[in-house]
Amino acid sequence: MSQTTTEDTATGTGASPAPVAARKKVALSEGKKAERRLGWLLCAPAALTMIAVTGWPILYSLLLSMQRFDLKFPDRTEWIWFDNYVTVLSSPYWWNAVWVTVVLTVVTVAIELVLGMSLALIMHRALVGRGIVRTTTLIPYGIVTVVAAFSWRFAWTPGTGYLAEALGGDPVLTEKVPALIVVSIAEIWKTTPFMALLLMAGLALVPDDLLKAAAMDGASGWQRFIKITVPIMKPAILVALLFRTLDAFRIFDNLFVLTAGSQGTSSVSMLTYNNLIKGLNLGIGSTMSVLIFIMVAIIAFVFIKLFGTAAPGSDDGGKR
Amino acid sequence: MAGIGGAETTGKKVGWGVLNAVVVIYALFPVLWIVSLSFKSSATLADGNFIPREWSLENYQNIFSTSEFTRALINSIGIALIATAIAVVFGTMAAYAIARLDFPGKSLLVGVSLLIAMFPQVSLVSPLFEIERSLGLFDTWPGLILPYITFALPLAIYTLSAFFREIPWELEKAAKMDGATPGQAFRRVIAPLAAPGVFTTAILVFIFCWNDFLFAISLTSTEQSRTVPVALSFFTGSSQFEDPAGSIAAAAVVITIPIILFVLFFQRRIVAGLTSGAVKG
Repeated sequence: MSQTTTEDTATGTGASPAPVAARKKVALSEGKKAERRLGWLLCAPAALTMIAVTGWPILYSLLLSMQRFDLKFPDRTEWIWFDNYVTVLSSPYWWNAVWVTVVLTVVTVAIELVLGMSLALIMHRALVGRGIVRTTTLIPYGIVTVVAAFSWRFAWTPGTGYLAEALGGDPVLTEKVPALIVVSIAEIWKTTPFMALLLMAGLALVPDDLLKAAAMDGASGWQRFIKITVPIMKPAILVALLFRTLDAFRIFDNLFVLTAGSQGTSSVSMLTYNNLIKGLNLGIGSTMSVLIFIMVAIIAFVFIKLFGTAAPGSDDGGKR
Repeated sequence: MAGIGGAETTGKKVGWGVLNAVVVIYALFPVLWIVSLSFKSSATLADGNFIPREWSLENYQNIFSTSEFTRALINSIGIALIATAIAVVFGTMAAYAIARLDFPGKSLLVGVSLLIAMFPQVSLVSPLFEIERSLGLFDTWPGLILPYITFALPLAIYTLSAFFREIPWELEKAAKMDGATPGQAFRRVIAPLAAPGVFTTAILVFIFCWNDFLFAISLTSTEQSRTVPVALSFFTGSSQFEDPAGSIAAAAVVITIPIILFVLFFQRRIVAGLTSGAVKG
């Protein structure tokens, strides 16, 4: 929704000063105009696709969320304003899913930050075998999430799996808390390398001279890390955290394969999927979609406004 | 982790060796386990041993003998390749404009693609499900290709515009001095220089499309357009009493091989692409 409206207003305001600028620089105007036209032309396919596939569907999901719309009972479709929101927001399943999602997000991102930082330091400073480490850490990033999830599921299946056997053969995936721990492990394994790569790019910005000087002055390794490395890479850390938090918040693949949302382990995405595809309830599914969109917007807002996370690309926009 | 600028003593090297080994084991353990599972015979499948007691190719023969898997493999390859090609072409055009040209609405485009990169994909699933059903796109290749292009575009635009900024400006100016139009400068001068960046982006976008599960499971319903990750989750044994774990493991290995090959061959480029797109912006 927001994309289409901002697009309209911005092109509206952007168009009016343009002729003024063109008149000022008469000599440049032909080349400038051509450049501008080419810019729009080159961006059009990308912009139109992104807006067509997200803009209208978002508006449409707002409309759907205000209707009773169950594909099992298409005759009973009617406009009910905010009743779906009341239904969802008063449902214990929804709040359980919100909690599960929030806890999974906070726990996994926190552990990923610590592990990712260690991994980044290893990759950055390794004296031997740096290439091997960098290559192998990319494997969890590249592997299909569903494949990794199946690997974890079979590992924890009593009888089949080595981990289940090692821990005495308890079916861990059939209880809420142990299942969520397994889901967290799977999620952390898969996404820590990505975090580490982003952090490693930040580490490269820390000048070696500064660290050496601090070492000369007697700062310990830990002091150097906290007082020099972390402050300098703060922007990189915040960007990595923002990306991973938003990504973790939409957790779906791992949960689908590992628990399918049973025993109260549904995330908000899982619950939406179940209502929509299994329950064929478009009204409720869309309501949940809108609520998730709002929650993600709040998270992004908090990161960008409160923590001052520099949104990538927002600073320069390519000016040189 | 400590030891900044210290001498490369043997002790340190051993320490690094151990750390490296820990990292490598961490990264490979789940992968080796699924490979091992895929080579177990049906008799030893459920023995819980990390290394197969009996090696067999039975699982691979099983998955390639049914259309369920082969069809899904064709769908996965076709959909991911088409989506990658379109996303990279659109992304290259837009990223060139963003990196090189001055035009109103540029920062807006960057903002919109950032929004989409952060977008909760599940929010699109409900409306797209209904829209694609009414347009007849549900359970077709284009029905998946469209959302893939959309979500790959921000990735492509960021990565590519970061690469494009590294390209020497002067060459384009020189081409223009020699009488080339901006369009010609783009095709003749910049495009060949940008090829490595474009290639890297293509790999990242392909991995993204190859990986997707949410759209694939929500917007397909039959073998006609189901991709491998979805087909995997629907695998059942050839009889009700057979454990599908072996088939799932074999299929999982088959779709993991191309990714691991990409990663091994293009490690440096993938790292550069991922970090340039996200950090330097």
